[in-house]
Amino acid sequence: MKESAKKVKAILAKYPDSGRDALIPILQDIQDELGYLPTSAIMQVGAHLALPSSKIYGVATFYNQFRFQPKGRNHITICRGTACHVKGSGKLLENAVATLKIKPGQTSRDKLFSLETVACMGACGLAPVITVNDEFNAKASPAKLNRLARCCKDEITQERENS
Amino acid sequence: MADAIKLNIDGTDVETQPGTTIIDVATEAGIEIPKLCQHRLLSANGTCRMCLVEVEGARTLLTACTTPVQPGMKVSTRSEQVLRARRSVLEFLLAEHSLDCLVCERSGDCRLQDYAYEYGADGRQIAGKHYERGVEEPGEVEADNPFFVRDMSKCILCGRCVRMCAEVMGYGAVDFASRGAETKVATSFEMPLTESSCVFCGNCVTACPTGALQPKQGARQGRAYEYEKVRTICPYCGVGCSINLHVRDGRIIGSSAVEGPANRGLVCVKGHFGHGWIQDEDRLTRPLVRKDDGELHPTSWDEALDLVAERLRTIKSKHGSDAIGGLASAKCTNEENYLFQRFMRSCVATNNVDHCARLCHASTVAGLATVFGSGAMTNSNWEFESSDVLFITGSNTTETHPVIGAVVERGRRAGAKLIVADPRVTDMAYRADLHLQHHPGSDIALLNAMAHVILAEGLEDKEFIENRTEGFAEVKEKVAEYSPERAAELTGVPAADIIEAARMFARERRGAVLYSMGITQHSKGVDNVKAIANLAMLTGNIGRFATGVNPLRGQNNVQGACDMGCIPSHLPGYQLVSKKELRSKFERAWGSPLRADPGLTMIEMINEAADGGLRALYIMGENPMLADPDITHVKEGLENLDFLVVQDVFLTETAQLADVVLPAASFAEKSGTFTNTERRVQLVRPAVSSPGEAKADWRILCDLAARFGQSWGYEESAEIMSDLSALTPSYGGISYDRLDPVGLQWPCPDADHPGTPILHTETFARGKGLFSPVDHRPPAEVPNGEFPIVLTTGRMLYHFHTGSMTRRAPSLHAHVPTGYVEVNEQDAGHLGIEHGQPVKVISRRGGVVTQAVVTPNIKQGVVFMPFHFAEAAANVLTNTALDPVAKIPELKVCAVRLEPQPWEGARGCCCETSGESDAFEATNEGSD
Ligand code: SF4
Ligand code: SF4
Ligand code: SF4
Ligand code: FES
Ligand code: FES
Repeated sequence: MKESAKKVKAILAKYPDSGRDALIPILQDIQDELGYLPTSAIMQVGAHLALPSSKIYGVATFYNQFRFQPKGRNHITICRGTACHVKGSGKLLENAVATLKIKPGQTSRDKLFSLETVACMGACGLAPVITVNDEFNAKASPAKLNRLARCCKDEITQERENS
Repeated sequence: MADAIKLNIDGTDVETQPGTTIIDVATEAGIEIPKLCQHRLLSANGTCRMCLVEVEGARTLLTACTTPVQPGMKVSTRSEQVLRARRSVLEFLLAEHSLDCLVCERSGDCRLQDYAYEYGADGRQIAGKHYERGVEEPGEVEADNPFFVRDMSKCILCGRCVRMCAEVMGYGAVDFASRGAETKVATSFEMPLTESSCVFCGNCVTACPTGALQPKQGARQGRAYEYEKVRTICPYCGVGCSINLHVRDGRIIGSSAVEGPANRGLVCVKGHFGHGWIQDEDRLTRPLVRKDDGELHPTSWDEALDLVAERLRTIKSKHGSDAIGGLASAKCTNEENYLFQRFMRSCVATNNVDHCARLCHASTVAGLATVFGSGAMTNSNWEFESSDVLFITGSNTTETHPVIGAVVERGRRAGAKLIVADPRVTDMAYRADLHLQHHPGSDIALLNAMAHVILAEGLEDKEFIENRTEGFAEVKEKVAEYSPERAAELTGVPAADIIEAARMFARERRGAVLYSMGITQHSKGVDNVKAIANLAMLTGNIGRFATGVNPLRGQNNVQGACDMGCIPSHLPGYQLVSKKELRSKFERAWGSPLRADPGLTMIEMINEAADGGLRALYIMGENPMLADPDITHVKEGLENLDFLVVQDVFLTETAQLADVVLPAASFAEKSGTFTNTERRVQLVRPAVSSPGEAKADWRILCDLAARFGQSWGYEESAEIMSDLSALTPSYGGISYDRLDPVGLQWPCPDADHPGTPILHTETFARGKGLFSPVDHRPPAEVPNGEFPIVLTTGRMLYHFHTGSMTRRAPSLHAHVPTGYVEVNEQDAGHLGIEHGQPVKVISRRGGVVTQAVVTPNIKQGVVFMPFHFAEAAANVLTNTALDPVAKIPELKVCAVRLEPQPWEGARGCCCETSGESDAFEATNEGSD
């Protein structure tokens, strides 16, 4: 059994004889443990709770908190709360999708970037807010986001050259 | 019954039962309320809001599909306010809809379009996605499976497909994902359907009210108003689903499910999409005769039939009429099977007539006829949705009888307990409350032990045993020997599970047993069947609604072929040939003397052929070269014959050996009747004409009889039915004008009889039910050092029988092109076999190379092969050991060994074999 499958098994063991109401806590535990919800984990959960995997996927996609791909090396979140929306976070998101070529919840093929939208981060005074690897960036603009993305890329290119 | 509720709809007073919804009462009263998400087989979810109605006193409009009726309610279904609300519902839907009706296949057969027209909505009133015509977002159209297209730009999120798949089919391949404006119907991880749990029944396609789900067959060949729909019966399994064939300009361009008594509008992938073979270019179009050069050459009907008559007559005069045998067909109609046995019995003068039921349910017929007096399924398909406990053994129901599988799923969802006994983890086993994974061939030990527990714990139905049965004491004594602990050793099932199963089955009020080839295809098949009957009688589960002993018959008309007397010992209606008064009734009607001694069974005919005792064989629509056990031996037998006639739609493996090949019409080209597994006689209608000179089997038989000096004078198949019903008491009241649209279930003794959905309600056909003690015996062939593994065979969902139809249905063949052998993952590890690797499967009788499917879903020490694939024919391997009574071969168990093959050079060789041929049930009403 693969390492991740073992971990999922251990998590499921904490929820014996459970029904559907255990689904969300189980998914949360798995995401905490593995950082995302791999296909195989969803299948395991399905077998454990006797639910079709489409149902689990459906529930998981209903809540914004779950991801189905591992995070990229640089994880960018864009706030979609009301204040940020008013200050143009929609444009930011559009721009991010266009430059990074990924949608929210996805990870780029080279695994360098992943994107996520979140609800209000409680920093409305700084709207629109984005985070890069958990660091807050206030009053973000498309240009600023592009700059940050380029920085990340450069850093990596340099690392590669050095090694 | 609770007091009726009175209410008023649109000024009309109506009455109904409490709990009914407004939409249902309205429909009963002939008032139509529009609906998009509601569906009669599905739970109400009230999402589309198309069914809004005004109820006096209610603050808002209410959804008629979810609102239960109240006394004194005043409902208006077409008030100004209602119409306006419905129109805006449509505006919202259309604003998000890809309106390409111009090219949409469903145009003309689309609820959304109908309502848009009726309510004058066009989606322009509201800001929405406003698709440009024919432009969808990436990922919205999925077309990579052979059966249907999912175009999510046309999805209105009614959820019918979601509920159909989960609540009826039990697969849950799709569900709602995301939320808000992003909500969509998706598989898990939005993978293509081919990688999901979808089985392509297409019941979601039937249910979809828009063009979001469209069948691929018939695309661009005509819309609903351009083709004619011919209602007929599916030619595959014994469920007997009603289907429509879509006919335009004399060609079949598609097919669809239709509401019928046996299927209630459901079908499986074969019935829905599997009819492409009818117009395959390989169809036989002219009679063929083997000439001196050893090749088959096309000829005229006259030459071919003259030759058949002359050769049969010569052989008869030289070697006697018993040197000739005939195999009838579970694929042909009742009328044709009736004429076939009449031809064999009155023109050839032999009782050597049999058919493939020998390979499937001969054990049922013999076993149940002895204990109940009738060898047929006791109850009806849809009763199982109301059972309290279902015990399924030796039946991979979701694959072999998919629509009954759906009924079982509905029962399970309604709270029925499900017990499955199967060496494999089938879908059914996976869904079960209790799965007993017993060793192939250990059924009796298992069943006896369950009886043991029931008696030990006093759970039996004493009243039923006392009043309705005999022989109980012997069985009580016998099963006392089968403690759960002893049975655990014999079956490999933990004793605790056996005890649990016994309690589960005995404690509920309505318990039904469903079984199939896994019980019958054994050298002790008859005893297996008796053990099941014991269990049902012990718990009083016979003769009541939603209970019973239910053998699921394999082929569309295997029940009918048995009923029509295509068995060596019985005339039509299970009337014994040996009984003088029964025989003379037929002698008078047919105007020729009949033989009193039973003839040879199918396997015996093949053996006799090999030994030289049988000189000629007339085979109508059967393919023993793939279906029978030990094919090598079958071939020897057939090649040893002086004369072989094969009448079929294709040049099958068997026809290739024939001296004369007669081209027959398919089910879509003739009228007649099929009798399904629940004994329901249903009408088959012609949709198109036969290719070339092919002719209906019954016409060929008439022409042949004329050459034996018998002029039968049939012009229509209905005349054959009226003759046969006069001679067959259980069909006595059956005539074509009574069969539309729901058919009749035999016994139906006279013209006023409504048919019989449940057998043995008051008394058993033989009077009292007979308890019969039976003992466990190991299979005829058990694994040893040289052949250490048990091979079990069966059918799979996407193909049927020997594959001559399904493998020519382009969609089915594309989906599952090859055969395989399922190997347990542990075994595979020891043997060094990888998933997908070629392996040679070898038994005492031969070997075939196929592809390994490594899976945890099969017991260690057991492998499984489906039997549909000529290239890797499982029946090269199987054993011909016969049940002593039913003469059914042990197709379900033989010993084999596996040899992994190198990866290269063995490509494309896989075949599937599965030992599920047909079911066969007979009643023995006339037995002494
Ligand atoms: S075709 Fe059948 S199994 Fe597949 S999604 Fe539709 S209902 Fe489910
Ligand atoms: S695909 Fe059809 S049935 Fe399924 S939700 Fe969409 S419109 Fe309804
Ligand atoms: S094969 Fe059986 S279940 Fe499938 S459509 Fe035909 S009759 Fe129905
Ligand atoms: S809305 Fe973005 S931080 Fe509150
Ligand atoms: S039919 Fe009633 S809400 Fe859809």
